[in-house]
Amino acid sequence: MMATALSKKRDVWSLVTILVLALYAVILVYPLTRLLREAVITPDGQFTLDGFRSFFGQRYYVRSIGNSLKVSITTTIVTLILGVPLAYFYQMYEIKGKSLLQILVILCSMSAPFIGAYSWIVLLGRGGIFTKMLAAVGIQVGSIYGFKGILLVLSLQLFPLVFLYVCGALKNIDNSLLEASINMGRSGIKMFLTVVIPLAMPTIIAASLLVFMRAFADFGTPLLIGEGYKTFPVIIYDAYFSETGGNHLFGATVSIIGIVITAGIFLIQNWFSRRHRFTMNALNTIERKQAHGLKNVAIHVYSWFVVILAFLPQIYVIYSSFQKTSGKLFVPGYSLDSYRFAFTHLKKAIPNTFKIGITALGFMIVIAVLIAYLVVRRVNFANKIIDTLSMVPYIIPGSVVGIALVLSFSKRPLMLTGTATIMVLALIIRRIPYTIRSSVAVLQQIPLTIEEAAISLGASKMKTFFTITIPMMGNGIISGAILSWVTIITELSTAVILYNAHTITLTLAVYTYVSRGSYGVAAAYATILTVTTIISLLIYMKVTGNKEVTL
Amino acid sequence: MSVDIKIRNAVKRYGENTIIPDLSLDIKEGEFFTLLGPSGCGKTTLLRMIAGFNTIEGGDFFFNEVRINDMDPVKRNIGMVFQNYAIFPHLSVEKNVSFGLKNRNFSKEEIVARTDQFLKLVKIEEYRSRMPERLSGGQQQRVALARALAITPDVLLMDEPLSNLDAKLRVEMRTAIKEIQNEIGITTVYVTHDQEEAMAVSDRIAVMDKGEIQQIGLPKSLYQRPANLFVATFIGRTNLLESHLEIVDGKTFVTLPGDYKLEVDTIKAEERKEQDIILSIRPEELFVKPFDEEGVAAYVDDAVFLGLNTHYFIHFENGEKAEIIQESQIDSIIEKGTKISLGVKTEKINVFDAQGKRNLVEGVINDLDAHIGDL
Repeated sequence: MMATALSKKRDVWSLVTILVLALYAVILVYPLTRLLREAVITPDGQFTLDGFRSFFGQRYYVRSIGNSLKVSITTTIVTLILGVPLAYFYQMYEIKGKSLLQILVILCSMSAPFIGAYSWIVLLGRGGIFTKMLAAVGIQVGSIYGFKGILLVLSLQLFPLVFLYVCGALKNIDNSLLEASINMGRSGIKMFLTVVIPLAMPTIIAASLLVFMRAFADFGTPLLIGEGYKTFPVIIYDAYFSETGGNHLFGATVSIIGIVITAGIFLIQNWFSRRHRFTMNALNTIERKQAHGLKNVAIHVYSWFVVILAFLPQIYVIYSSFQKTSGKLFVPGYSLDSYRFAFTHLKKAIPNTFKIGITALGFMIVIAVLIAYLVVRRVNFANKIIDTLSMVPYIIPGSVVGIALVLSFSKRPLMLTGTATIMVLALIIRRIPYTIRSSVAVLQQIPLTIEEAAISLGASKMKTFFTITIPMMGNGIISGAILSWVTIITELSTAVILYNAHTITLTLAVYTYVSRGSYGVAAAYATILTVTTIISLLIYMKVTGNKEVTL
Repeated sequence: MSVDIKIRNAVKRYGENTIIPDLSLDIKEGEFFTLLGPSGCGKTTLLRMIAGFNTIEGGDFFFNEVRINDMDPVKRNIGMVFQNYAIFPHLSVEKNVSFGLKNRNFSKEEIVARTDQFLKLVKIEEYRSRMPERLSGGQQQRVALARALAITPDVLLMDEPLSNLDAKLRVEMRTAIKEIQNEIGITTVYVTHDQEEAMAVSDRIAVMDKGEIQQIGLPKSLYQRPANLFVATFIGRTNLLESHLEIVDGKTFVTLPGDYKLEVDTIKAEERKEQDIILSIRPEELFVKPFDEEGVAAYVDDAVFLGLNTHYFIHFENGEKAEIIQESQIDSIIEKGTKISLGVKTEKINVFDAQGKRNLVEGVINDLDAHIGDL
C-alpha cells in the first residue's frame, strides 16, 4: 500500500522539485546566509553584534525605521482612500472615457516612483511651475520636501495598485448579492461600507500589503524628495556605499534588520488575511449603471481629478524631454537635443534594457510555470518548501537583494559582480514571486480532471504537461509575462547596487541623469521608457483580447 | 477486451479521516455496474481508486487476475468520463477524440478510421471540427464518451456524467449511454447519486453509505426487497411505521395504527418471533378500499393530482402520517378531511428489525458476499 503513495511521488516531477530546490539554494538561500554571516561574523571569524549595537545605539538610524513605518502606513491608508472608491465608481457606474482612464491608471502604476518625485519637485518644489502659478493667485503650497513629499509621490504612484486589485475583486462579486442588499433596504454608501467593502476585504488586505512593501522598500523617492528625512532603504544604500574595502558589515546588518521588519509585517498581514478568507464566484457580474445629476458629476470629477493628478508627472516628463536645454538648464523653446544626447551617450542603455529584461523574463516564465505546477498539482513537503522559498523575495527590500548578491557572487568561482548575469539573476529573484502567483492562479482555474483525462487516454505526465496544461495556461502565462516585463524594465532599487557602465539600463540611466541634475536627458530616457511601457501594454491588451488589466 | 473487476478489503484514508474502511466488491465482465449513494458516501473516491487517480491505502484491486494497485493510471487501459467532461478546450472535437489514439501505436489511417467510427457511434460526426466551447452540454458529453471509448479500454468509468445536464437531456443521454454500452459490451462502472438514473441504466447497482456497501443487486431486487432500512429509504419513497410482530396460532401478524392486525406470511422462518419491527410500506403498496370494507382507518390531509397518479397525504388515527399513490380516477379526487379505509398489498411490504439493519422478509438478494471465483 505504501508503494502506491511512493510511486506517485517518484516521477519526472520529483526531478523538477530537486532542480528547483537546488536553484533556490544557490540564488536565494546562499546569498541570504552570506548576508547574515556578514552581519554577525567579523572578517577574522569572531561572532559579533557590533553592527546591531551601533545601529540601535544611534538615534539617526533608529529614527529611520520610525520614518519608514510612518511613510509606509500613511501611504497605505491614503492609497486605500484614493483607490477603493475609484475602483467602486469604475466598476459600478458608467464613466465617460473609462478605457482611457484605466490605461492612465495602469501607466501611473508602472512608472518608476523616483520619476514622479523629480517631476513633483519641478512642479511644486521651490521655484516649481505650479508653485509660482499658485503664488501668483495668492496660494502658498508650502514645502513639499520631506515626509509630505514622499507621501504625495508614493500615494499617487501606488494607489493604482489598490485600484487594479479592488477592480478585480469587484468583478468577482455576484450582482445578486448587491441586489439582495438593495432588496433588504440597504443601498448607496451604506451598502458600499457594509456589503461591498467586506466582500472585497481579502483583496483590500492583499493590496495593502503590496502597497506597504513597495512604500517601505522604495528608495528613489525619499532620496530625491526626502531632503534629510531619511527612510530605511536610504540608510541601507548609504551604509552599503559608505563601506570601504571588503567589510560590508554594517550594510549587511542594516539589511538583516530590514528583512526582520518586512517579515514581521508580512506575518501580521498573513494572520489578518487568514481571518478574512472566503471565495466568491460571480455568475452575474455587476453591470455598470448610469448615475444621474449631481452624483454623476461628482463621480466624474473625482475619478478624473485623481487620475490626472497621478498622471501629471508623466505628462510633464514627456513635455520636458522636448524642451531646449543649455547645459543642465531648460531654456525657452523646443528641440530634440535631449534625445540626441540620450542616444549618443550611454548607448548601451536601450539594448541592455531589452537584453537583460528578455533573458530574465524567459527564465522567469519557465521557472515560474514549473513551480506553479509543483505547488498546485504536487502538494508535498518539498514543494511546500519551494512555495515558501519562492515567496521570500516578496518581502525582501530590493536593495537588500542587491547587497546579498554582491556579497555572494564577488569571488571565484561565482564571480558575477559587474556582469549582466547578476542583473538577470536579481530580476529573476525579485520578480518571480509575482509570475509564480499569476501562474498559480491560472493553473488553479484548470480542473485537475482535464489532466486526468489525458493520462487515462494514455498520455505520459510530461506529454500531458506540454500538450494539455501549457496550451491551456498559454494566455494566462503570456499576459502575466507582459506585466512582469513592465515591472522588469522599471526596476531600480536592486539594479542600482549591481550595475556598472556596461550593464546600465534605461531606468538606471534616468536615475543617473536625475541625480546629476541633467533633467532634460533624464526626461528623454524616461519618455523612451514610458513609450516602451505603453507599447507593452497595448500588446498585452491585444493578447488578452480585452481592455481590462487585472493583477 | 473487457475484464472483470475484483476489489478486496479496499481502504481509503485522507490523513486521519477514513473514507472507506473495508470494502469488497466484484464486477462482472461486460456488466453495467453502478455505485449509488448520497454525496460523501465514498462512491467517487472508489471510482478514482479504480482509475488510479486516488492512492489506495489498503486492500487489493484486480482486473481479471492482474493486480492493479501499483499500476500507473496510464497503463490501466481505462476510459473515463468525468463529471465536468474534462474536454480539452483548446482542441477541436475530432482532436479530443483522437487524442488517446495518438498516444498508442495506431497508424494514421487507423486513427482517422477509429475517430470516425466513434464520432458516428455517439452521433456527433457533424460537429467534428467545432471547438468545445461551441457545443451544448449534451454534445460535450457525447465527445467525452467517444473520447473515452475510442481507445478500446478494458473498463469504462463514468463519474456522475449526467449531473450537469438539464432533466430532459439527462433522460435522453442515459438512454444513449445504455445503448452504446450494450453495443460495445464493455465493463462499465458508473457513479451517480440519482436513484432513478441508476435504475434506468444499470445491470446491477451497489448502494453505498458512509464508505460501506449496503446492498448489491438488480434494480428490481433493491426496490422490492431492500436489504436494510437505508436502502429502502434511499431507493424510491416509502412510509416507515414503527410496529410490533407477534405470533398468534402459528400465524405471523404485524400491528398497524389503530391496532389493526395484518397477517404477513413472507417473514423468514427464523425471524418468526415476537419483536419490535419497522414496517416499510411504499405509497403504491397502500390502496383505498371501498368505504364499507374493513381496513386501516385514516384521514386525507391533502391530494395532489399528477396525471397518471394521484398522491394522497394522510394521517392515521394515532397521528402518524403517510403517503399513498393511487392511479387517478376519472370521476373523483377524495376530498381533504375524508375518513378512508386502507388496504395493504401484504406480499409487497418489507419488515425490518427495530434497528433497521436487517430485512426480515424472505427473498432478499444481496450479492455483497457473492464473489466471482477465488483469489
